[in-house]
Amino acid sequence: MPGSALVRVSVAVAAKDLAVELRTKTAFVSSIVFAVLVLAVLYFARDATAVADLDLAPGALWVTFTFAGMLGLNRAFLLERENRALDGLRLTPASPTAIFLGKALGNLVFLGVVELISLPVFILFYDVPIWRQLPILMGVIAMATIAFVAVGTLLSAMVVRTRFSEVMLPLLLLPFLVPPVVSAVQLTWRILALRPLSELTGWLSLLAAFDVIFFTLSLLLFEAILVE
Amino acid sequence: MARRGTVVTAVALLGLVGVYVRALAFTPPDRAQGLAQKIFYVHAPVAWAALLAFAITGLVSLLYLVLRDRKLDLIAAASAEVGVAFGIAMLTTGPIWGKPIWGTWWTWDARLTFTLIIFLLFVGYLVLRGALTDFDVRARFSAVLGIMAIVLVPFIHVTVYWFRTLHPKPVLLKPDAPSMPGTMLATLLISVGVFTVLYIGFTMQRYALAVLRDVREEETAGAIP
Repeated sequence: MPGSALVRVSVAVAAKDLAVELRTKTAFVSSIVFAVLVLAVLYFARDATAVADLDLAPGALWVTFTFAGMLGLNRAFLLERENRALDGLRLTPASPTAIFLGKALGNLVFLGVVELISLPVFILFYDVPIWRQLPILMGVIAMATIAFVAVGTLLSAMVVRTRFSEVMLPLLLLPFLVPPVVSAVQLTWRILALRPLSELTGWLSLLAAFDVIFFTLSLLLFEAILVE
Repeated sequence: MARRGTVVTAVALLGLVGVYVRALAFTPPDRAQGLAQKIFYVHAPVAWAALLAFAITGLVSLLYLVLRDRKLDLIAAASAEVGVAFGIAMLTTGPIWGKPIWGTWWTWDARLTFTLIIFLLFVGYLVLRGALTDFDVRARFSAVLGIMAIVLVPFIHVTVYWFRTLHPKPVLLKPDAPSMPGTMLATLLISVGVFTVLYIGFTMQRYALAVLRDVREEETAGAIP
C-alpha cells in the first residue's frame, strides 16, 4: 500500500472509532469523570501536614492517567468484538498496518482529549504553579501517551479475544508501563520543582527510546495478532 | 521425552543434595554474615535459572513466529512455567536472607524491583495462555507477548537502576576477579550448574506433558462430529 493510501485508510479507521465514540460519548464521559474522581481521592491519600501537594502531585497525575487510559483502551477493540465488527474490518482491503495505525491514532486522540480535560483539573486541585512549564510538561505527557498507546493498542487487540478481558489488560499492560510511567513521574517531578533542563535529558531519552522501539515492535507484531 | 526428563531431573535433584551437603558442611561460613549467607548458594543459582528460563521463553517465542512449529510454542510455555516456579523460589529465599542481614523483608532496591516485575510479566504470560482456548491463537498471542517481554527487560533494567541500589554488588560476573574465596566460589558454581540441569529436567517433563495434553485435546476435538 503506498504511503498516502496508508495514511488515508488509517485516518478512516481512526475517524470511524471516534465517530462511534462521539455518538455515545459514554467512554469519553466515564474516562474523564473517572480521572477527576481519582485525582480527588488521591488528594486525601496522605497526611496533608506531612506531605506537600507538590510531592504528591506527579504520582497522582500519572496514576490517574494510567488508570483512565486503561479504562479507555479496552473500548477500542471491545467495540470491534460486538457483532464481530473486527471480521468486517479484516475483510476490507485495509492492511493490518493501516488498521494498527488507525486504532493507535484513535486511542491517541481519545487519551489526548481525556488528558487535556483532566490536566486543568489537576492544576486546580493540586495548586501547582506550572503555567510557564506547561509546554515541556505537555511534551512529556505526549511522549508517555504515545508509549501507552503503542503497547496498549497491541495488547488490547489480544486481550479482547480472551475471557475476562477487563482484568487481563491491566495485568499484561502494567509491567510494560513501568518504564514510561516511572520516567514520566520523574520528569514531572523535576519540571514542577523547576529543576534545570539538563536533569531531564536522561529520562527523556529513555522515554523517547521506549516510544520508538515499542511503536515499531507493536506495528510489526500486530499482523501476527490480526491475521488468521 | 517424559522419561528422559525424569532422568535429568533425578540427576539434578541428586546434585542438589550434593550442593546442600557441600554448602553446609564443607564450605566455610561467611565471616560477616555467618550462617545466613548459606542461602546464597540456593538464591543466586535459582535466580539465574529463573532468568535463563524467561530468556529462553522469549527467544523460542521469536522462533515460533518465524517457523510456526507447534513444538516451539510448547517449549516456550514449559520454560515460562518452570521460570515462574524458580521465580517463586527466588522471591522467597531473598527475603529470608534479607531480614537478618538488611533488617527488612523487602526493599525497593533496583534488583529486587527488576526481578519482581519480570516475574509478574511472565505470570501474566501464563495467565494469558490460560485464557485462550484455540491452539493457534494461543500460540501466536503468547509468542507476541514473549517477544514484547524480552524487549521490555532492558528498559525495566535501566529504569530501576536509575534509582539507588542496595543489593550486594556482583561477586562473580564483574570486570575484576571474583571477590570470594575459592571454596565458596566452587560451591556457588556447582550450584549454578545443578540448577541449570534442574531447569532442563523440569522443562523437558513439562514439555512432554504439554505434548500429551495437546494430543488429547486434538483427539477430543476430532471425536466431536
